[in-house]
This record gives sequence, C-alpha cells and structure tokens, in this order.
Amino acid sequence: MNTQKLSELAKTIRSKNAGVNKITFDIIFREAAQYERVKRSGAITRDSMAALYRIPVERISDFVEYDPGLAIKFTVYRLQPSGSAGDGDIFGAQQYAPLLDIAIPA
Amino acid sequence: MQHLKIICPNGHLGFAPLRPESFEIGVNAQPDFIAADSGSDDVGPVPLGSDTSTSPEAWQRGDLEKMLLASRRLGVPMVIGSAGDTGSNSRVDRYVAIIKELAQQHGLKKFKLGYFYSEVDKEALRAKMRAGHEVLGLDGFATLTESELDATDRIVAMAGVHPYIELLRQGADVIIGGRSSDAAVFAAPALFHGFAEDRAYYLGKVLECASFCAEPYGGKETVMGTISHDDVQVTAMHPEQRCTIASVSGHAMYERSNPYEEFFAGGRLDMTHCHYEQIDPRTTRITGSRFEPAAKVRVKLEGAGKVGERYVGLCGIRDPYTVANVDRVIAWAREQARLRFGDSGYGLHYNVYGRDGVMGALEPLRDQPGHELCVMVQGVAPTQEMAEELTMIGLRQMFYARLPDVKGTAGSVAFPLDEVLHASPAYRWTLNHTVEVDDPMELFKTHLVEAGI
Repeated sequence: MNTQKLSELAKTIRSKNAGVNKITFDIIFREAAQYERVKRSGAITRDSMAALYRIPVERISDFVEYDPGLAIKFTVYRLQPSGSAGDGDIFGAQQYAPLLDIAIPA
Repeated sequence: MQHLKIICPNGHLGFAPLRPESFEIGVNAQPDFIAADSGSDDVGPVPLGSDTSTSPEAWQRGDLEKMLLASRRLGVPMVIGSAGDTGSNSRVDRYVAIIKELAQQHGLKKFKLGYFYSEVDKEALRAKMRAGHEVLGLDGFATLTESELDATDRIVAMAGVHPYIELLRQGADVIIGGRSSDAAVFAAPALFHGFAEDRAYYLGKVLECASFCAEPYGGKETVMGTISHDDVQVTAMHPEQRCTIASVSGHAMYERSNPYEEFFAGGRLDMTHCHYEQIDPRTTRITGSRFEPAAKVRVKLEGAGKVGERYVGLCGIRDPYTVANVDRVIAWAREQARLRFGDSGYGLHYNVYGRDGVMGALEPLRDQPGHELCVMVQGVAPTQEMAEELTMIGLRQMFYARLPDVKGTAGSVAFPLDEVLHASPAYRWTLNHTVEVDDPMELFKTHLVEAGI
C-alpha cells in the first residue's frame, strides 16, 4: 500500500454546524479496514487537526473515534456564533476541504 | 398496540420541497402518523430576530398540503414541529392559517387542530432571573445577563415531547408546534401510545432528518420508522435508497458534537450501547438505546438580537500586485470609514473570496490566493442611511487605495455594480442557554380548534 489521500479512503468527509457556536467534522469510511488504517496512522488526531486549521487545541471541543459508524469526528468552537455579520459559512458546510488531501501513510 | 409506524417526508419542512414519489410510497405503507420537523437554527439568527422564514410560503404550503391530504385520507394524525424555521408565534399562526385554508379549499371533513406557542416573554424571563434562576449558557455562551437580555429581540423555548402529548391527549388530529426538539414530533406519538422512552426518543432521533439516515445520499425523501416494545426499525421509502447499518449509525453523529448522546427537555438519550442489524435490504433494526430522565427539567432557549441595518457591496480584483496587497486595500477603505464615522458604533466586514472568504482564519491556504478575487463588503449601522453610506465608503474607497508600486492608476478594483445593495438587518445569537422549569409545560401554551367543514 502506498501513501494515499484521505479523500481516496473515506466515503464521506463533511462539516456542519453542531448548534450555533460549533462546527463538527465527520470523516466516514465504507470499510472497517480503511477506518482502522486511518485510525492507526495517527494522521488524524486532536493535535494534527488543530495544526491543520491553525487553531489552539482548546478550540477543539470533542474528538471521537466512533466505531459503530466507522467514523472519526471532531468539533471546533466558532470564534463568533453562526450568522454573525461577516460569517462566510452560516451552515458550517464548507469547512472540510483541508481534510481531503491529508496524506495517510501505508 | 404492538407497533407504531411513522413516516417522515422532510427533515426541515419548507426549506426545500419534499419529494412526492417516495412520500406516496410511504403513505401507501399505511403509517399511523405522518410527521416532520420544520425548524433549524442552522439558518442563523436573522429569521428568529426579524420574525421571518427563510423560504417562500409556497414551499411551506406545498408540503403541508401533501401531508394534510394524506393524513386526512388515511385518518391518521399529522404532527409538525418548529413551524416556519424558527417556531416563533407568528410562524405557528401562519401554519395554523394555512391548515385551515387548505381544509376549506379541499372541503375536508371537520378535524381537531392543535397548536402551541414557544415564544418566551423577555420580562417573564427577567423576573425568573431576578428570582434567582440562573439562565446557563451552552457551548461557550456565558450565563445570561440582563444587558444581554436587553439586546435580545425574540426568544423561543425548545419544547420537548410534553405539549405534543398533551394535544394528542386532547384528541388533536393535526398538530402545529412552536419551537421544539426535532425528535419530539416522533417521540411524542410513540410515548402517547405507550412505548418506552428508551426507544421512543431513539425513533425521534433517527427520523428527524428524513432520508439523511439513508444511502445513497439524497435529501427530502420519505423514510418510515416502526417502534415496537423490543426495537426500532427504519426503512427507506425511495426505491433507490436503503437504510443501512452505516447510514443509520452514521446519522447519529450528524450535526452533533457527540454521537453517543442527545439532550432533550427532560432527559438524555444515550446511544452508547446501540446495536444495529440489517434485517432487509432497505431496513435497519436498532436496539439498546437508553433514555435517562433528568431530575430537574431544563429547557433550551434560543434568542436573537438586532445588531443594525445592513448593506452589501461587491468588487473584483485581477492585478496580481493588488491581489497580493488586498489587505492594504481594505485597510485604506476602513481608514476612510473611520475618518467619516469614527472608531465605533458600526461594523464593516470584508470577505475575500478567492483567498479565505469561506473559511476566514481557518483557511490553511490563505497565503495562496487565486488569480482573481471577489471582495464582499458588509456595512452594519444603526440606520439604513448610515449603513448605506458606510458600505459605499467601504467599497468605493477600495477603488482609490494607494498602493505604492501599482501600475494601474485608474482604479484598484473592478465593480460589477455601481451601487450597494440593501440586505436583511444583521442579527446575532444572544441566547443559546437553558433555564430550569418546575413544569415542562410552563413555557408552552396549547390550543385546540376545529378546522374543515
């Protein structure tokens, strides 16, 4: 196996409001093998997500490896509640793009 | 009763129309209830603050009509929650009026129409605060202060199952709810018919977004949930969709920071020990959910307050030097606004599309802008006149930005329009809180009337 992009391994990569002050990110896999591989790789952790989005780790309220859904999930506090003037993404729906190209080692 | 079947055709009724084909299949499956939630705080604070809906009334009416006609034809109740996005009183009144009009228009036989309100009076809440009830913030909001309450235009409380059960008890055939938990419109009928909380709340959770619990992805399609004394089953009605272990368990994490639990007025649904089983190609069976009743009932409150009137302007940038120096262009325009209006008392916001307009400070690639940019300027001020002039300064002065090495000296930006556009007023979320109540019905007044002929 070669290094692959997260978008080649996950079936769903999305972001969405979780209430008015947080955005939650879901990375969902079709196969347990791919889920386990990404989990094992250590590429997706609370610290690496904070680094990717350039935020202090405290802004990540939750980080969950959700086995029943074959999913890795983390949630970020907004700086301002959704829909405040200047908010470019009221639904929080387009914040996941930086996850797509994360390199997952073999 | 051994089983109760509920169909849900839409996860946010009114926001986009339901899909009639799978709805018809669902209706033909002879459900005991037809239910949908119509609200969301995803739409931001403007609809609640300004007491509007985000979508045309025609879309709301269209879905209500399909559901009402099916419900009357089958002789089963119809339940709608969080009327008109926000569940404010005016939205409940609008839905109630639509139901009455539809009943007349179609000559429907007399039926009982129940509804309840969710708005919370500011002064009543202030009195509660002064009596020592703390209004506690959720997700990073501080405990409510009176000044933040003063800044609030409208508050709705999030009902649980209680007002729905009360109206079912009174014999309502159609229920229009004020703001409520999405799951309540499904959990309440199950509880009313004697099914256990452990499964009734899960039934609500899994049905609340209609076909979002099915795959392949496709919104606004009908799904059917069946509750028994042993399990919950959920089935996709669209011939091309399936409720799979992955899609159903995956739905538990949608829009939630914690996929294992969800809070309601009166308790907490615990999905930690849920077990999922594929029992036919389109149906998943769920067991093991638990509901933990709360010792004290805390009700969630949502509130929005007006920040100011708003105008919006747009411009584009193509010169690579200006693209690289867009922050200096913006700083120049901001400074001109400051010279005109001072340091405070207004808001000037810039979204730079092509650089970080979508993600702002979360954008990892903000130092790699595209070859052209679009800048959206929003000016927010106490009056329309000031907001218009502020936005015009914030936009027009970008044209005159003084960049030392610019080759193009005839204008720093491109205007697609000469004007700035009047937008909705700016609001902000002021309440995302909870308050304790002695009686879960305290904030929700129910009414029962007749409709039809």
